[in-house]
Amino acid sequence: MSRTVTIEPVTRIEGHARITLQLGGGGEVEDARFHLTQFRGFEKFCEGRPYREMPALTARTCGICPVSHIIASNKACDHLLSVSIPPTGEKLRRIMNLAQMVQSHALSFFHLSSPDLLLGWDSDPVSRNIFGVMRQYPDLAKDGIRLRQIGQSIIETLGGKKIHPTWVVPGGVADPLTPEKREAMLRQLPEGLEIARRTYDFFKTLVPKFKDEASHFGTLPTMFLSLVTPQGNLEHYDGLLRIKDAQGRIVEDMVPPEDYERIIGEAVEDFSYMKFPYYKPQGYPKGIYRVGPLARLNNAQSCGTPYADVALAEFHMLQESGPIASSFHYHYARLVEIIYALEMMERLLKDPAILDHRVRARARSNRDEGIGVSEAPRGTLIHHYRIDDDGLITWVNLVIATGHNNLAMNQAIRQVADAYVDGNQLQEGMLNRVEAVIRCFDPCLSCASHAFGQMPLRIELKDAAGQVVDTLSRG
Amino acid sequence: MALPATTPNVRVVTLTIDGRDLSAREDETIIEVCRENQIPIPSLCYLDGLSIWGGCRLCVVELEGQGRLFAACSTRVAEGMRIQTNTEKLQRYRRVIIELLFAERNHVCSVCVSNGHCELQWHAQKCGVDHVSVPYRQAAYPVDSSHEMFRMDHNRCILCTRCVRVCDEIEGAHTKDVMGRGSDCQIITDLAAPWGDSDTCTSCGKCVQVCPTGALVKQGTSAGEMVKDQHFLPILARRRHAQ
Repeated sequence: MSRTVTIEPVTRIEGHARITLQLGGGGEVEDARFHLTQFRGFEKFCEGRPYREMPALTARTCGICPVSHIIASNKACDHLLSVSIPPTGEKLRRIMNLAQMVQSHALSFFHLSSPDLLLGWDSDPVSRNIFGVMRQYPDLAKDGIRLRQIGQSIIETLGGKKIHPTWVVPGGVADPLTPEKREAMLRQLPEGLEIARRTYDFFKTLVPKFKDEASHFGTLPTMFLSLVTPQGNLEHYDGLLRIKDAQGRIVEDMVPPEDYERIIGEAVEDFSYMKFPYYKPQGYPKGIYRVGPLARLNNAQSCGTPYADVALAEFHMLQESGPIASSFHYHYARLVEIIYALEMMERLLKDPAILDHRVRARARSNRDEGIGVSEAPRGTLIHHYRIDDDGLITWVNLVIATGHNNLAMNQAIRQVADAYVDGNQLQEGMLNRVEAVIRCFDPCLSCASHAFGQMPLRIELKDAAGQVVDTLSRG
Repeated sequence: MALPATTPNVRVVTLTIDGRDLSAREDETIIEVCRENQIPIPSLCYLDGLSIWGGCRLCVVELEGQGRLFAACSTRVAEGMRIQTNTEKLQRYRRVIIELLFAERNHVCSVCVSNGHCELQWHAQKCGVDHVSVPYRQAAYPVDSSHEMFRMDHNRCILCTRCVRVCDEIEGAHTKDVMGRGSDCQIITDLAAPWGDSDTCTSCGKCVQVCPTGALVKQGTSAGEMVKDQHFLPILARRRHAQ
């Protein structure tokens, strides 16, 4: 008799989700699905609004990564204006985007995932959280909190507030940087880099202990999508789209972001509010790909900063050849990107031109369609708007970073469930591993469904007749 | 701007406001006397330099010996008047008025171009409006973005008619007016034509500057960027009056 296990809510992620595992008569996993259970409707209710309101409006999809939406949305608006923004304006935007990368990656690694890695998958769920980490690893917990604070503080220094700043505007940024603010930011960066390198070195010592997880946590033969610089290096703000296949062959390269619709399609399934993007030439669901830190590092030849490049070389050695396939190594990639972001911010801030007062290009809309693409912490983020002659939005498409990983997340939970879940004897630790693989992707489901709320998780165990025979839920 | 004097020789009256003994010209309104004496009274439709409308009722005050409340903007002072401007009852009424304004249309401060520079928002903060206790109407209103320089977002309009009055009384164009009844009232341009098609609008922008919210704004502004300047109004009004 088959059964369905439902994990609801999925904890320590951003947003609401449920996981269902369909078990066969012998207790083996027959199917696994990741359901996004929240709905928001941003693409619809933005219609009729002035396009200049879009950065502030779409930033409200999320309180964790609003800067990513602000960047992508403003880039779409720049496209509508048909302007190139002043170089200093672009650099200032880059700094804010990198600060966002630091704070979001720190949140994912320290606050959400480190309890599993440090306290154990099977440890008591009551203390398997950041407070448990604080008790047993107080220095590491402090590091995590401080690192996130540094990222948030840089966003606040630039934008006036930590969450939903309105300083980035179509055409550039609202105000130039003052020398005092530059000094305030530069002062924090050495400490941040020290923490990031210390954590990275510590995590490297942990990786060998997770060989088993590394081979079962979403180790998938998928493609990887990300932005890269014209030279093929790591890029988070601008650049061109690259897709590599599971063997490391470049499938698409130097694709202008405006052409994303040629390579990316979006499928819809009735069991989730999250869409299922896929690589168009290979069709759905064969065109599965991953985005985010893992994809970015797999696609990049170099980071372009000293410590991050050393870490990137070590990252590539996690596997004998080809792109790193295990989703478990998202954690590793995240730490490399934190190092990169801190180094790059320092470089940008030390550029004398960063204090230039020309930071904004002014224009009115000069075309009726705008596309903005940037790299959010979780992956490639696409904002696509159409406007009428009066500059009012007539159509919106948001392809959210987490959404790109939807197919992969579904396959990953199936793989973890196959490896760890024994339907005849359900244990909390088994289900925590199913959740943990989702945490590797650091999904932001509020963004992905353009939805609201917190992130609970529920696991249901159903029999062959579809009857729920067991349920574990949290949140 | 004071209501027209009833007699050529204006007398001085004595009165008390919040316990303070004051004197004023008898052709002055309560709100004018309060402003002269730095007694704060919230108001939205009233604006120095424009005619009195008395529509928002935010400036209501209590008069001793009177059972009802009076709008300070449209009530002249009188000899021996004893006025209270900030009782608990008045605070409660003002909070409800502001809540009703928020519930009537779609004022989403966080994404509004006037965020941080909005009179409705300031008054809400000052009056302690931390929630809206009546259901939102959530009616959809259009945005008129057809004008090259300005935009009208009916979602943010509180129907104070400052724009109508400044256009008529100061600019002399009377491009703006009010159409409809009750909650269906809407500010229109000419005979409900798109603003950009108006033959009468001089694009002076006075309506934008006097609008207390983000309903009338400049094109090209992003969230929080629309800062309004109303200093021109009393100066222009005095010059118009002197002509």
